[in-house]
Formats: sequence, structure tokens, C-alpha cells
Amino acid sequence: MSHLPLVLASDQGTWWPAFERALLLRDANTLWVVLGVLSLGLASGTVGAFLVLRRRALTSDAISHATLPGIAVAFMVMVAFGLAGKSLLGLLLGAYVAGLLAMVAIVLIQRTTRLKDDAAIGIVLSVFFGFGICLLSLVQQMPDGNAAGLERFIFGKAATMLPGDTRLIGFTSLGVILLVIVFFKELAVLCFDESWAAARGWPVLALDFLLTGLVALVTVLAIQSVGLVLAIALLIIPPSTALLWSHRLPVVVIASALIGGFSAWLGAMLSASVARMPTGPVIVLVCAALFFVSLFIGRRGVVPRWLSRRTLSRRVDRQHVLRACWECIETTGREEVAISDLHSMRSWTTGELATLVTRCVRRGSLVRVDSASLKLTEAGRERAHRVVRNHRLWEAYLIHHADIAPSHVDRDADAIEHVLDEDLIVQLEHLLGAAAGEVPSSPHALGGSGGAA
Amino acid sequence: MPTREPEQNVTTSPGLGPEHSPRSPLSIHDLTVAYDRKPVLWDVDLDVPAGELVTIVGPNGAGKSTLLKAALGLIPVASGTVRVFGKPMKSQRSLVAYVPQRESVDWDFPVTALDVVTMGRYGALGWCRPVRRRQKNEAMQALERVGLADMASRQISQLSGGQQQRVFLARALAQDAQLFLMDEPLASVDAATEQAIVDVLRSLRSEGRTVVVVHHDLQTVNDYFDSVILLNMRVVAHGPVETAFTPEALRQTYGGQLTILSEASERLARSSGVDHP
Repeated sequence: MSHLPLVLASDQGTWWPAFERALLLRDANTLWVVLGVLSLGLASGTVGAFLVLRRRALTSDAISHATLPGIAVAFMVMVAFGLAGKSLLGLLLGAYVAGLLAMVAIVLIQRTTRLKDDAAIGIVLSVFFGFGICLLSLVQQMPDGNAAGLERFIFGKAATMLPGDTRLIGFTSLGVILLVIVFFKELAVLCFDESWAAARGWPVLALDFLLTGLVALVTVLAIQSVGLVLAIALLIIPPSTALLWSHRLPVVVIASALIGGFSAWLGAMLSASVARMPTGPVIVLVCAALFFVSLFIGRRGVVPRWLSRRTLSRRVDRQHVLRACWECIETTGREEVAISDLHSMRSWTTGELATLVTRCVRRGSLVRVDSASLKLTEAGRERAHRVVRNHRLWEAYLIHHADIAPSHVDRDADAIEHVLDEDLIVQLEHLLGAAAGEVPSSPHALGGSGGAA
Repeated sequence: MPTREPEQNVTTSPGLGPEHSPRSPLSIHDLTVAYDRKPVLWDVDLDVPAGELVTIVGPNGAGKSTLLKAALGLIPVASGTVRVFGKPMKSQRSLVAYVPQRESVDWDFPVTALDVVTMGRYGALGWCRPVRRRQKNEAMQALERVGLADMASRQISQLSGGQQQRVFLARALAQDAQLFLMDEPLASVDAATEQAIVDVLRSLRSEGRTVVVVHHDLQTVNDYFDSVILLNMRVVAHGPVETAFTPEALRQTYGGQLTILSEASERLARSSGVDHP
């Protein structure tokens, strides 16, 4: 994460003391902010895991955008009744009601028209948000409105969090997390296989309402610190990151919660350290940094996948060399294999072949007799035997059972020989009447075969 | 709209009570199903015989999956009633196990084969109670029955298609139901899986359970099943395989004789004011 401050350092040198102060909880307020965003991140990571697995990511975006008119209306109502227009609870209640209304609107559009889900979501999101922006500017023109600060709900400002706000956020988050734990297996069934769950008698609609209600709750809590435009990030990015690391649901949910909590906390700290930096975007960047790192090094990420593919392709290459050696020995009848003979067996460049031979030597399959010739070791002989047998059995199978011409089978077998497991080999031997362990003779001329085409 | 439908079926079929066979595991009376007002199943009447392997066959779009889903109450019906051992489906869900099509779920979901099969025990476990060793053991027995015990801890995306299908079957077995409704469990599986699944079906029958299977391979109907339901938007024929599975019935099911019926469906859909692309 060390590069993040660099990104933010518009005024280098001034952010670090502020960050240090925030980190060490020097300000009394900071403690409340830390606790608030931390519990928010934990709750949104927990609920977000199920949201992502239910493929409802965009619904949460619609809910969060739709909260804006709710906030503005709640403000107007509170002013009209002479209440303090800035009571967070009042504003959040307005936001929650508006979020649920948006949800109902989406469902109604889906049920009564032929519009697809994404279109329905897009319509509701933009209409509610546009309406909210208009109401917001009306509110700001109210004579005794004193509505300054309502815009903070758009991009979030964690530093405005008061002890009372933190308590509200903390207890609600705790409640959300507890509900997810209590209904863990029900939510899992809903997300994995809705129709089966319904057939078994689970009230799918009620469970869906539960999940959506929790999402709306977390979204509304998030708008103060993250802002409604980016509230979706805390719900979506942590579980997406966790899914790159694990394929066990409980692990995914816990990891997602921790990632959400950590990103929200660090993001809030960083934004508090730079003047006028809104919290939401910084939290999103921290989340995104974790996501990108995981995308590469996560257990299911790009690098491990690339590594395992490379391991496989190297094994295939080595097996090709060994089979070529075996076939050289078959044709020449001599135990020693000249590298020049090997060269003619496949379309290898001199350099490639030299590298492959070195790897085989390192693996203990081949030994160098002199600079121009090689010998199979005992282990190498065994490996070569296995791969040649696989190759020839598959060729025989294709010729006798799939009616493929002998001149065509070599290349097919070239790909299959590396992946045949013992089960299939036994079946092939049985089918072809070949004795176990015996190597059938090649159905076509050797040399210049396989990839040499 | 859903609230209006029960009234509708009361008015269209007043004397339906006695027509349900109380002992049939699955008795369907006068069932009509429509998507966006376009009927896809007309007036289905069925009594599935107890303790038999029953197959539903018919061409693509004949409404085979729809029939299962409608019977299970997963989709709204325009009219008709369904009884399971003489009572409404709603009160009998614990006796019924459903095996959906394999393509209906996301196999990248972060669960293991054992986790999925354990879901079959959730219903008996009840709301909000955590899974314990006992449920895992019961699920493990179901996995053993389909020959996948050594795959229990694999993530489901690492299983072959046939293995995934067997996981679905094991989840249904774990429910310990009396009536099994399976949607294409033998579609695009390897020969070994097909044999394993058929063996399980036969052992279910020998335990006196009833299995209804949507099937696509007419060649194996005679070998695998006792009764057949030939379906093409309506029930063309149904009964024991020996008497009902005749060339004439097949010709009626698969031949293009239903153009008038489907044309009428299209018109109904159009007349309801819904735009058709």
C-alpha cells in the first residue's frame, strides 16, 4: 500500500503528520471515525459476499443512488417540523425509505414490462438520482434551510462522523452481521440454487427481501462516510477480492468482511490526512489496490494460473524429448542418441532443443555421453516408455475405433499422450487387446513426426 | 395477477376433488401453464403410479421442464391443481426432491461437492440451525451412493459435467424423499455416469420410491423406465411403456401436427396486448 500516499500527495510533506495523528488516534474524534468506518466495512463485506454471489451487484448501485431524494425530503420534513435538519438518523431513515421504493420500482418494471433487468435498474437509478439532485438544489435555496453539508452524502466525508453517528452505525452493522450469521445457510441456498430452494419449500421471496433489506441498510449507513455514488464499491470489491483467494463460502465471507473493514479504515485515515479529500473515492482506491494485488497473486489469480500452465507445458515439452529419444533408439537400434538425430524428429530450433535437453538432464531423465549424444537414464527410460505407450495406444484407438487414417493420428495422439491417466489406459488396453505395459509398434513412419508438420 | 389465479381455477373446474387419485404420488388435474399469457401446456391430467420409474419425453419446447416446475409451484399456473399423495404440494414439500437441470446454477460458486449435498439436509435441519457433523455424515452417505465419496472436498467447478450431475442427484438423495422429480439428469453425461445414475434410480424404485425423469433419449426408454408420459404441449399418451410407447404415439408427439395448437397460443398471447417481437 506504500504507493497510495504518493498518489495522494498533492502537497507532499503535509499529509504524513496528519496521517500519523489519525493513525495513532491523537484526535478524540478520530477514534469514533475509525470505529464507525471499520464496522461499516465489516458489515458491507459480509453482506456484499452474498450480493455478489446472487449476481445483484447493480441493484445495490440503484439503491444507493436512489437514497438522494430520500435524504433531501427527510431534510425538508425535519425543517418543516422544526427539528434539527441535520439529525443523521432522520436523514438515513429518509434514505432507507427511498432505497426501498427504488427496489419496488425495479421489481414493478421487471414484472409489468418486457424490459430487461439492467434497463430497469438503469432507469430507476438515474431517475431517482436526478430527482434527488433537483431536490438538493431546492433545499439549498430554502431561506432557513442551512443545508450546507448535504452534498457530503454524494462522495462521503467520514470526518463528519460524531460519537452518536458511530454508535448508530456500529450497532446497525453488528445487527446486520448477526443476521447474516443466523441466516447463513438459508442465504447460501438462495444464492446457489434459487429454484431448488423454492421447490424444497424455502420462502425464496422472503429471503430475497431479507438480503435486499440488509443491502439497503448497509448502503444507507455507507453514504455518510463513503458517499452514495461509491457505496457499491464497499459491497462489491471486497467479496470479489475474497473470491480470488478461496473457494469455501465461510472463508470467502470472513475474508470479504476483513478486506472491507481494512479498506474502509485505511481509506478514511488517508482521506483525513489530506485536506478536502472526500473519503469515498479514497476507500475505493484502497479496495481496488487490494483487488489488483489479489488479481495477480491470489490463489485463483493470474500468476498462479500462469505458473501451473507453465508447469504443464514444460512437462509436455520434456515428454516430447523423451519420446523422440525412445523413437531414435527404436530406429537406430543404438542406446546412444545423437542430438542431430533428435533434431530431425520434431520442429525444434537448435536453441529450443538444447534448453529442453538441459532440463531433461536436470530432471535426471537423460545423461550426456559427450557434447553430441545422450543416453536415457533408468528413470528417463521409464518415463519415455509411458509416454510412447500412451501415444501408440491412442493412435491405435483412433485407427481401429474412430476410423481415422494412420497418417492423421500422430498429431492427435501428440496432444492426448500427456493427459491419459491410468484409468483410461487400462480401458484402452482392454479395448485394443494389448498386454499391459507393452509398447505397440508405430502405425506410421517415425521421424519428422508430430509437431513437425 | 397471481392473486387472481386461484379463483380462476375454482371456477373452471368445480368438481375436481374426486378426480385426484389420493394414493398417487403425483396427481395433476387440468393443468394449464402460460408464459406471458402464451399457453405452453394445455389441460394436463396425470396420475403418476406409485413406486415406478416414470419418464417424460417429447420434443424441444414441448413443456417437459415446465410441467415439473409447474407441479412444484415454481412458476404460476393459469389453472389446474396438483396433489402429492392426495394433499397440496405446499404441505408435502418434505416428501418431494427436485433435481434441476445442471445448467441452472453457477458451478463457480464457492462450495464443495459435500457442501452442495449437505443442502439436501437443510430442510430437515430447520431454520437458522447450523450444520453439524451429523448432517455432513448423512450427506457423505448420499455422495457414496452416487460413487463420488472421494470427490467430497472438491470445489464444484473442478468436477466433470457427469460428476456435477451426480452431485445434484446426491443432494436429492440426501433429502430422503418419496417422490423425485428430475429434469434431464441423463443429458450430456458420460456412459459411466449414466450407468451410475440409472443404478441409483433402480435402487430408489426397489425402496418403493417414485421417480419422474425428464428424458431425451428415446432409445433407452424401454430399458430404463416402467411408465412413459409423451408430452407435446399436452399429454399425447401416458401409461406403461409397453402399451403407451407406441410408434403411433411417438409420431403424434414428434410429428408436426400441433401447429394449430401453437398458432392458437401465439394468438392468445397477441390478443392480451403484450407486444411480440
